[in-house]
Amino acid sequence: MSDAQIWALIGCMAVGTFLIRFSFLGLVGDRPLPGWLLRLLRYTPVAVIPAIVAPLVAFPAATGGETDPVRLAAAVAALAVGAWRRDVILAVGAGALMLYGGLWIMG
Amino acid sequence: MIASTVKSAALAGARDGLPFWVVVGPLSVLFGVLATEAGLTLTQTLAMTTLVIAGASQFAALQLMQDGAGFWLILAGALAVNLRMMMYSAALIPWLGPAPLWQRAVASFVMFDQPYALGVLRYEARPAEPVAAKIAYYLGVGLPMAVMWVALSMVGALVGARIPEGFALDFALPITFIALVAPMLKTLAHVAAAATSVVVALALRGMPAGTGLLIAAAAAMAVGATVETVRGRWA
Repeated sequence: MSDAQIWALIGCMAVGTFLIRFSFLGLVGDRPLPGWLLRLLRYTPVAVIPAIVAPLVAFPAATGGETDPVRLAAAVAALAVGAWRRDVILAVGAGALMLYGGLWIMG
Repeated sequence: MIASTVKSAALAGARDGLPFWVVVGPLSVLFGVLATEAGLTLTQTLAMTTLVIAGASQFAALQLMQDGAGFWLILAGALAVNLRMMMYSAALIPWLGPAPLWQRAVASFVMFDQPYALGVLRYEARPAEPVAAKIAYYLGVGLPMAVMWVALSMVGALVGARIPEGFALDFALPITFIALVAPMLKTLAHVAAAATSVVVALALRGMPAGTGLLIAAAAAMAVGATVETVRGRWA
């Protein structure tokens, strides 16, 4: 990406994010959201983020796209601890521990 | 009287927000590190973290840039992560709607998960509190968090330039994303949406970067909403 494109991206992300946040509080005002829209919005984070992550976990660039047992185990550890304890930092810790521990053992 | 109510509400917000710094702070440092790794200059990193000020979408933009996705796909992916805030924006109207426009604009700028969630908890517990105090509480949570977010991103950017290659930082971003999503898997509908997202994204891996993501996300949202509707009907 060129420098100008990066700046344009930052600008568009900033304006777009603010408009999303300001949408009802500032622009639309007090009108109820239709139920179907509310239902879709509720699932945006769990719909978008796994789609970004899945290919990175299954085919990591660092191993040339080969599935890597250590990275796979680290992903499972982060997922399991995060779902179990509902704590972001504990989940990151579990993933990192598994990743570096695994890389160290596999030498 | 009013002034002291407002002040104590702001202080209460700042205090209630404090525990969340433990979660948000390290993510902020990590963003600075990874943005530097991705090739953003210090100025660009600071501009993104200050103006966009939405963690998950900043991470998403970095990843899509590294995947080589095109401009519009990166933008769409990054903004899609933020769509949930439209729901927050609507949910805050009954409480913050009567506030002056500029205050609502500032509140929108710092509309993170924490001010929203803590704010709604407090407003439901004290519905009679004047709107000035409600805004003060919300900003008491949000503004210090915003300052911390920017400052620690800068620390991360400065540190990131010194981290040697071969530290397996390639996997910091996937682990962060997983850690952000895992605690959200609260209901069958959330799990079904996430599973759909994974399966469709992997199946469409051959498509141009970012395209599979959008299709997978749309399918997953539809599945989540459908599961919720069906279960609601049976419950």
